[in-house]
Amino acid sequence: MLSKRYAWADRSRCVACGACANECPRGAVEILHGCFARMDAERCVGCGKCAAVCPADCITLLEREARV
Amino acid sequence: MKKTHWYDYLWIWAIIYFALGFFNILFAWLGMIDFLLPLGFAVFGGNKYFCNHLCGRGQLLARLGGKWKCSRNRPAPRWMASPWFRYGFLAFFLTMFGNMIFQTWLVAAGAASLREAIKLFWTIRVPWGWTYTAGLVPDWVAQFSFGFYSLMLTSLLLGLIVMVLYRPRTWCSFCPMGTMTQGVCRLKRMGKDGASEKENV
Repeated sequence: MLSKRYAWADRSRCVACGACANECPRGAVEILHGCFARMDAERCVGCGKCAAVCPADCITLLEREARV
Repeated sequence: MKKTHWYDYLWIWAIIYFALGFFNILFAWLGMIDFLLPLGFAVFGGNKYFCNHLCGRGQLLARLGGKWKCSRNRPAPRWMASPWFRYGFLAFFLTMFGNMIFQTWLVAAGAASLREAIKLFWTIRVPWGWTYTAGLVPDWVAQFSFGFYSLMLTSLLLGLIVMVLYRPRTWCSFCPMGTMTQGVCRLKRMGKDGASEKENV
């Protein structure tokens, strides 16, 4: 069963530093081509660790239902 | 449990680098690795592997602010990660880097004499003569060391200040090398799939 929430990074603000990827206990974050972070929503458990360390404060935890 | 790699200990290298500068300023040249490697990864590999895995400074800030709890862990003001501030700071930093190169050139050309001091925050001159024995290397080599170490130490201090005030790796949000390498990566991906801000999913 998937978690209720999942992390989402705002690409327009992400600095691609990789702090979130280093913090993620599930290895669900990938820094895509050095441009920004991309979270694997299926693997993400919504723990929020990435959002807590993001220096640009660009990660939000979204409700899964909200994703259309 | 995440697997630990050899590069996870590069924060020790960051401490060693800054410590060496207190004994022999010529070690400052080693900092060029931190300038050239990230650019190499970005230009040839189209990635930020250096920022993501190899940056000793980023690891040190993460460790000091995270594990060792030296950070307030508050979100930084939004303007600090905004493009105008990031690119503005990059322009300022590159101008200061250019100025440092110019000073080195003046010394090399004999138009200025070697100053055995470092400049913190581009303004505060701190005598640093004990780290260099005159005549050991050409004057310009030593001048570059003093200038480059000034830049490195200033940026470390800025990083530490924002680490304490905000989140551990706040420095990364406006680090000139990070801005530059991300810019290069974006340019390389321009027009290709999977790296557009418009696909903000």
